[in-house]
Amino acid sequence: MSYTDATVQLLNEQGSLVESDASAEYLPFVQALSDDQLREFHRQMVVIRAFDNEATNLQRQGQLGLWVPSLGQEGAQVGSAFAARPQDHIFPAYREHAIARIRGVDPLDIIKLLRGTTHGGWNPKEAGNFHLYTLVIGSHTLHATGYAMGMQLNGTSGTGHPETDAAVITYFGDGATSQGDVSEAFVFAASYQAPVLFFLQNNHWAISVPVSTQSRTPLYLRSSGFGIPGIQIDGNDVLISYAATAANLADISSGKGPRLIEALTYRMGAHTSSDDPTKYRTDVEVEVWRKRDPIARFETYLRSLGEGDAFFADVAAEGADLASDIRVRTLALETPPVSKMFDHVYSDPHPTTAGQKQWLAEYEASFGADA
Amino acid sequence: MSDLSSATLETMPLAKALNAGLRKAMTDDPTVLLMGEDIGPLGGVFRVTENLQSEFGPKRVMDTPLAESGIIGTAIGLAMAGFRPVCEIQFDGFIFPGFDQITTQLAKLTNRHEGQITMPVVVRVPYGGHIGAVEHHQESPEALFAHTAGLRLVSPSTPHDAYWMIQEAIASNDPVMFFEPKSRYWPKGQVDLSGNPTPLHSSRVVREGTEITLVGHGAMVSVLLQAAEIAAEEGTSIEVIDLRSLSPIDYAPIVASVQKTGRLVVASEAPGFVSVSSEIAATITEKCFYSLEAPVLRVTGFDTPFPPAKLETIFLPDADRILEAVDRALAY
Repeated sequence: MSYTDATVQLLNEQGSLVESDASAEYLPFVQALSDDQLREFHRQMVVIRAFDNEATNLQRQGQLGLWVPSLGQEGAQVGSAFAARPQDHIFPAYREHAIARIRGVDPLDIIKLLRGTTHGGWNPKEAGNFHLYTLVIGSHTLHATGYAMGMQLNGTSGTGHPETDAAVITYFGDGATSQGDVSEAFVFAASYQAPVLFFLQNNHWAISVPVSTQSRTPLYLRSSGFGIPGIQIDGNDVLISYAATAANLADISSGKGPRLIEALTYRMGAHTSSDDPTKYRTDVEVEVWRKRDPIARFETYLRSLGEGDAFFADVAAEGADLASDIRVRTLALETPPVSKMFDHVYSDPHPTTAGQKQWLAEYEASFGADA
Repeated sequence: MSDLSSATLETMPLAKALNAGLRKAMTDDPTVLLMGEDIGPLGGVFRVTENLQSEFGPKRVMDTPLAESGIIGTAIGLAMAGFRPVCEIQFDGFIFPGFDQITTQLAKLTNRHEGQITMPVVVRVPYGGHIGAVEHHQESPEALFAHTAGLRLVSPSTPHDAYWMIQEAIASNDPVMFFEPKSRYWPKGQVDLSGNPTPLHSSRVVREGTEITLVGHGAMVSVLLQAAEIAAEEGTSIEVIDLRSLSPIDYAPIVASVQKTGRLVVASEAPGFVSVSSEIAATITEKCFYSLEAPVLRVTGFDTPFPPAKLETIFLPDADRILEAVDRALAY
C-alpha cells in the first residue's frame, strides 16, 4: 500500500525535488520544462479536480445517472498527457478526464455519457486522437495494440524521424491487469514489437477489491514476463509521470518496442457514485494518501520556485468557472432524438434497423398532436 | 448470374474459391490484411489461405499468437488505423474467447462513434458438422451472432458464392461474420470469375418447385436439394431457397415462394431453440399468414451439445428428416 524501493520519484510528498540514481535519467526532461509549462501542469490538475467535484455534485443532485471520479489521480494523468505528442493516439479506460481535456475533449462530452445522451461523445480525430472511453475492462488495450500495429504497417512509427514518429498510449487500472485481454495485449504487443505504452494507473482498488487480490507480484514486473520492460513511478508526482512517459514514448516511437509504466496513485473517491468506500477501506489508509496529494505537493514546489498567490487564485477561479459552465450546459442538454437509436448501427444501409426506425416514426405519428 | 457466353468459368472446390477470392481482394486493395492462427506457411488448417503469405508477405498475412480475443481486438485497432482485417477463427467452437470483443466492441464501435468510424472487419468461421471431428469442431453458433445488432452474417453454400461473397464481405464497411460450411470445402463447383456478384445480403431460389418451399443455408442447402430430388422422383415439387445471408435476411424471395407454395420448412444444422430458423418461421407466419396452408415447420439440430462424432448423422438433419417434415406439412 506504499511506495517501494523501485518507485521512481522526482517530486516527493513534501514538494521537494528528489535527486537519486533512479530519477537521474528523467531529471533532464523536467529541467527542459519552462515555467509556463510547469504552471500549465498545475492549472490542468486544479481545473479538472474542480470539474470532477462539480460532476459529483451533479450526480448527487440527480442530474447524472452515475459519476466516475478522478479525484486523486490528477498527477499521473496530467503528467503523462503532457508528454504525449500530437501524433500519438490515446486509448483510455473511463476515468481519464484530465487527459481527455488536455487532448481537446470538451468535458461536457464526458458528462453526456453519464447523463445518458450518448455512448460515445466525441470524434477521436477531432479530439487529439483521444479515443472513446471503453467500459469493458481492459478491452481497449487490444484496440490500442492493434492501432500500434497499424502504425508500423502505415510507416508512421519507427521510421527514424523523432519529430513525427508516433506511438499509442493506453490507460488501464490495477483491476484490468487481471483481465485476459490485457495479457493478450501484452502478448501481441511483444510479438509484433508494437509501439504502445501501457500506462497502468494502480489506484489500489478495483471497486471494493484491493490490488493484493489482483496480483501477488508488483504490477510493474508483470509485463516483463511478456518481454515488455516496466517501471514503477510515483503516480502522484506529476513531474515523474511527465518525464517517464516522455522518455518511454521516445523509445517506443523510435522502434524499441512496447513498454509499461505502473503509476502508483490512489482513488480518493468512490469507484463510482454508486459505491461506498467506507465499507471496504480504512480512514487510516485514505489519510496516508491524502498526504501524498499530487496537487498540494506541486503547489508547494511552485511556491518554492517563487510562484505567488495571484497565480493560485487565478487557477482556482478558472476551475470555478469551468464548474459553473459545466453545470449550466449539463442542465441544458437535450434528450437525443429517437432516431439516434437506429442511425449508425451499421455504416451501410440495413433493412432491419431501417424498417424499425420507420415503424417507430409511424407509430409515434399515429398519436397525432397528442404525442 | 452473368451472361454465360462471356463467362470465365473455372471448376474448383469451395476452399480454393475462398483462396482465390481473398487473393483478388488483397490484390485490389492494399489495406486488406489476413490474421489468424496457422494461416501463414501452413495455409490454415483447411488450407484456405494457402500460398497467400508467400505472395503477400508476413505483414499482410499474419500468423498471430494463439488468442482469439487478441485477434479480434487487434483487428479492431487495425481497422481504426485504416486497414480491412480478415480474421480466421480456426473452428466454430473456438470463437468464444473472441465473443466478448465481437459483441461488446466490434459490433458496437460504429454506433458508439455515431458513424464517425467504420468497422470493416471480416471474421471467417469454418462451421458445421459432417466431418467426424472431436468436440468444439462441428458446431453452428451463428444465431448468437445474428442476434447481435451491428454485425452482418453470411454463409456461402457453393464455390461460386464463396469466391464472390468473401470479396463483398471484405468490401463491406460493417463487420461481417463469414460462416464457411466446412463440410463443403472440398466438393468442386463452377465459379464464374468474370460475373457480376449477386448482392451479398440476398437469398436465392436454387431449385424451382410448386408444392412446398425449403429454406436453409451453408451445407444444409445440398441436403435440401437432395431431398427435393428424392421428392421429385416421388412426384412432389419442392422449391429450395439458399438463404446466403442470415443477418440481414432477404425475405422477398422467401415470401414470394411461400405465397406460391403455401408451405415452408426451415432447416439448419444449428439447434432450433432461439435460432435463425425460429426467426424465419415467426416472420413468415406474420408476412404470409393468408398464404399458408400449413404451419411453418423447423428441422434442426437437437438442443443438445453437438454429440460425439459417431452420433452426428443422427443429430444433423438429413434428407429423410427433411422429407418427414415435408410430408407433415403436405398433410395439412
